[in-house]
Amino acid sequence: MLLIPCPWCGPRDEAEFHYGGQAHVPYPQAPAALTDEEWARYLFFRDNPKGPFAERWSHAAGCRRWFNAVRDTSTNEILAVYRAGEERPETLERRAVPARPRPASPARPAFEDEAPSGPIGAPGAEPPARDTTQPYRLSTGGRVDRSAPLTFTFDGTEYQGFRGDTLASALLANGVIQAGTSIKFGRPRGVFSAGVEEPNAVVQIEAPFPEPMLPATTVELYDGLVASSLPGQGRLATEPDPARYDAVHAHCDLLVVGAGPAGLAAAAAAARSGARVILADDRPELGGSLLGTGELLDWVDESGEQLDAVPEVRVLRRTTVFGYYDDNHLLAVERRTNHLGAEAPEKVSRERVWRIRARRVVLATGAHERSLAFADNDRPGVMLAASARAYVNRHGVLPGRHAVVFTTNDSAYAAALDLAAAGVDVTAIVDTRPEPGQWADRARAAGIEVLSGHAVTGTQGDARLTTVTVAPYGEAIAQREFAADLLLVSGGWNPVAHLFSQAGGKLRHDAALGSFVPDTCRQAVEVVGSARGALDLAATLAQGAAAGARAVEAEGYTAEAPRLPAVAAQPRQTPPLHVYVVPGASDAPRFVDLQRDVTVDDLARATGAGMRSVEHTKRYTTAGTANDQGKTSGVLASGIVAELLGVDISALGTTTFRPPYTPVSFATLAGRDRGALHDPVRTTALHDWHVAHGALFENVGQWKRPWYYPQDGEDMEAAVLRECRAAREGVALMDASTLGKIDVQGPDAAVLLDRLYTNMMSTLKVGMIRYGVMCRPDGMVFDDGTVIRLAQDRYLVTTTTGNAAAVLDWMEEWLQTEWPELRVHCTSVTEQWATVALVGPRSREVLGALAPRLAVSNDDFPFMAWRESTVAGIEARVCRISFSGELAYEINVSPWAARALWEAVYEAGAPYGITPYGTETMHVLRAEKGYPIIGQDTDGTVTPQDLGMSWVVSKKKPDFIGKRSHARADTARPDRKHLVGLLPEDPGTFLPEGTHLVADSVLPAPPVPMLGHVTSSYRSATLGRTFALALIKGGRERIGERLYAPVGDHLVPVTVASPVLYDPEGARRDG
Amino acid sequence: MAETALTVPLRSPLSHVADRLAAATRTSAGAIRLAELPFLTQINVRLDAKGAAAEAVGLALDLPLPLQPNTVVRAGELTALWLGPDEWLLVGSPGGGRDLESRIREAAGDEPVSVTDVSAQRTTLLVTGPRARDLLAHGCPLDLHPRAFGAGRSAQTTLGRTQIVLVARDEPRAGFWVLVRSSFAGYLADWLLDAATEYI
Repeated sequence: MLLIPCPWCGPRDEAEFHYGGQAHVPYPQAPAALTDEEWARYLFFRDNPKGPFAERWSHAAGCRRWFNAVRDTSTNEILAVYRAGEERPETLERRAVPARPRPASPARPAFEDEAPSGPIGAPGAEPPARDTTQPYRLSTGGRVDRSAPLTFTFDGTEYQGFRGDTLASALLANGVIQAGTSIKFGRPRGVFSAGVEEPNAVVQIEAPFPEPMLPATTVELYDGLVASSLPGQGRLATEPDPARYDAVHAHCDLLVVGAGPAGLAAAAAAARSGARVILADDRPELGGSLLGTGELLDWVDESGEQLDAVPEVRVLRRTTVFGYYDDNHLLAVERRTNHLGAEAPEKVSRERVWRIRARRVVLATGAHERSLAFADNDRPGVMLAASARAYVNRHGVLPGRHAVVFTTNDSAYAAALDLAAAGVDVTAIVDTRPEPGQWADRARAAGIEVLSGHAVTGTQGDARLTTVTVAPYGEAIAQREFAADLLLVSGGWNPVAHLFSQAGGKLRHDAALGSFVPDTCRQAVEVVGSARGALDLAATLAQGAAAGARAVEAEGYTAEAPRLPAVAAQPRQTPPLHVYVVPGASDAPRFVDLQRDVTVDDLARATGAGMRSVEHTKRYTTAGTANDQGKTSGVLASGIVAELLGVDISALGTTTFRPPYTPVSFATLAGRDRGALHDPVRTTALHDWHVAHGALFENVGQWKRPWYYPQDGEDMEAAVLRECRAAREGVALMDASTLGKIDVQGPDAAVLLDRLYTNMMSTLKVGMIRYGVMCRPDGMVFDDGTVIRLAQDRYLVTTTTGNAAAVLDWMEEWLQTEWPELRVHCTSVTEQWATVALVGPRSREVLGALAPRLAVSNDDFPFMAWRESTVAGIEARVCRISFSGELAYEINVSPWAARALWEAVYEAGAPYGITPYGTETMHVLRAEKGYPIIGQDTDGTVTPQDLGMSWVVSKKKPDFIGKRSHARADTARPDRKHLVGLLPEDPGTFLPEGTHLVADSVLPAPPVPMLGHVTSSYRSATLGRTFALALIKGGRERIGERLYAPVGDHLVPVTVASPVLYDPEGARRDG
Repeated sequence: MAETALTVPLRSPLSHVADRLAAATRTSAGAIRLAELPFLTQINVRLDAKGAAAEAVGLALDLPLPLQPNTVVRAGELTALWLGPDEWLLVGSPGGGRDLESRIREAAGDEPVSVTDVSAQRTTLLVTGPRARDLLAHGCPLDLHPRAFGAGRSAQTTLGRTQIVLVARDEPRAGFWVLVRSSFAGYLADWLLDAATEYI
């Protein structure tokens, strides 16, 4: 959602504006003097540049002012706005700014005394005892609440878990690792990660409410949860979702995404400045990666409490920021009651979309661990190293008992040491690097064998991993086999750059990291911590704090240095080895995208078929297209394709990141915009009466209009014939309040209307009414209606029901952009008046009875005149207008008194059998008279002349909008489509609207020459037959001709007729 | 037209939901108050803000027309809302339309001025209570924080799927006026009641 700065109202959401096309294309001074070509150039040709473009916008839902904006068409940035009539200002294209400050971060904040701490590889520690009912659960440790046991069911078996578990951690605690089978090959697949990146354990929730394809690693456990594994594909619920969903707009100075060490430090630095800060994190508790490593948890808890206590800081837990759009508009989904299961309160929305407009954004979105492509790398028990560590530290769960670790970098060592300390038998660490350095020394000191310069070349085990085969890196000799039920894998780290990339940020390849990191972005965003490639905790904290402070200081607040915790001294880092495909002779599949079952061989087929871009290999193989969107496989696939093509990965890049970051349900996005609130319903002041009298309604734009009023089991045909008869023979009434009404006021009102209407409005006398037509500059009919002259300088213009807002916008556009010198104002008064149409030969008697002071005779109150009077004691403006050809009046009163008027008319008309009628009868009556409905009988390609209404086009006026186009060769063609009547040969045959017309009684071979189509079709009580209106090529010259209408398998013979089929002399108008 | 039909029973656009609005107000135990303020006089005034009429009209009404976009000025029972650089909406107590219109026309004299009674074009909803801002934030994209939209501010914007004129009343606790086109009022009332579910 762009934020467009209205020159008057300031920045507002794009949804409040209408686009008006290229600016500075003035209406020619003398259109008549232009050649057809020059005129066509004005009408049809506009620039289409890449880059800055001056265009018109209207603040339609705000101050209704038209203004100009310079927009960069390639980025959608608004570079400048200026008022109509002003010169286009100079604009400079904005440059993207680095996602981090050019000068390195200021001196790092003060740390407490650095002291070794934390659980990392405390050698010789006593392994904790285990829980008896949950065989893989430790008796202490983790963030679960062991006093809150929860019962859940998975694939029909009941298990126990604890509050604080995810479904995945609870399954692992019970020794269940397989969580599904793969989509293509049906191979068993196990829990692979501990977060949103999960490709395997994507499950179906069955109860309390069915929901497909949720990662078990993100589903919070609750009592009564029922879930089942999936063969790679879920099932949509067949029952309606009973939950509520909603949305909230939020505004802040700083949005911090991610509450890991960097995000928490950023929020802490900004919190006490007075700035409005939102901190959003997708987990139920703050801490991010620290929950998985078990570090600094006291600081996490303390920081969370402090943030919760600051009034201008909002901490959104369980909230995933999933989309980053223009002008720092971000969407997030908050899961509010999902974790409560059946206990969820009915009144509280289940999920909420946060629409956040942030002055500044700090992305602390962390990093995802990368996998490695080795043979049979998909067996249950193969797991990302840091995820296994998270299960131990966050949930007190052992993901296995006998582990082998396979890594290309240092980070897996800490995982191995934590698992060993928790009691897992870590048999070996297999490191591709020849000299793994200090971390390897620490592992060896803990009694773990480190195989440097080695790789995993294969695995075995069906339902679960049993054996891991290891060999020297790149060789097939000296293989060793290890018995293991867990294989931890780390191929390095990918910064989570999804949101940054969505924001328009560019990524660059970081050779040290072996992945892609944020580079520059035109939006006000900074990326910190591991999302920017920093894998060192102290640096991460410092970056976060500095970015949080910078952001609020840029908004004019003074930041306070937060207390940052001491970080334990770590072994010296050894650079990672960048490995994607692990060499080996095995024929076994090496999986890249586990969720899509895409292998290295599949990518090789893609490059073999000539694909040279990862966007193409993605579409050729489907790698990265599943609902995990390739979070664990994307960069891996890029690395493999680069190897296959023999190019550097930095030259290849990644596929594009698009919202949403994680899947969001349609119900959530819809929020409360569903059911009756999906689209506003507009009603008139008489709506309740119509409902009470059994009306069926037709939607006209957003209005509900009575369609017909069936009585005693009547069908539509019978009801409409009855209503038509009443209007033609007695008296009938209709609610015409929905017609658009515009008050046009000022000394130049007549000048404006003369320019906008095809006919002359300046000559209309006060007290009289004239029908008028408006055209677009291309000469095509745009709207029609009546114009009432209230005073010398004041008119009331009516528009069609559906076009009221467009006509007012149209008038304002011309006034504000082309004719600002005219002293006239236009104001919508559509709802200021309720209108009752009183129609039929007896209408004069009914009106006369209700308005004793009104002279109603034809001489006193002629056709197309209006009078102010009192009708039924209510002040009214009565107009003698007819849309039926009958004697008719329109009585306009305040809508506050409309019900009283309507009931009075209904009562006064009772002796004459007064009948309420709806839009269908109105349509029949007008069609019998050949009156077109703009938008039904026209479609933007029809001139007034095509409609047979040359009489409404002034020959005297030097110009009006559309006049020049009426002289174009194309609009003068004799074979243009004309509006004519059609009479089916059989008076009972009904032609569906849209039916085509052809010349011959036998269909020739295609292409069949089409002559036109039916625009309106009805049964007429008066004519005693069916009839239709149609747009037919050269139609007026064909009157009397026989044509054919293909309806189903038949060619229905029809006769072309004048569009005026009833009372062509107009004898009935005066009663 | 407000003065026209004193003998005729008048019905406001939201008279049919008055009970539901009152019930929601009661159930919310003070968190939210929703009510229609029916039949207020509303006069649309268009004139050149830099011309002589602006000052003359301000003097005649004892109420300077606000020149700052999206602000309101109040004097006694009368409120003037900025709607555009040459457009204002005067809101007063019921039944004062004709008098107001003639005072404006008289004050403007020969200066061109457009005055249109739009009392029935929109109706007014009162949205107050400690959760009023939260309630509106469910559907209004504007920043309603007191720092951004405090007393004396107004805006033409959207709420849910309809256009509104939003006015922050004098004291923060006095909440908001929501002016909505009469034909959309039923929809907006339904929307507000649905959005208020969590607070009632």
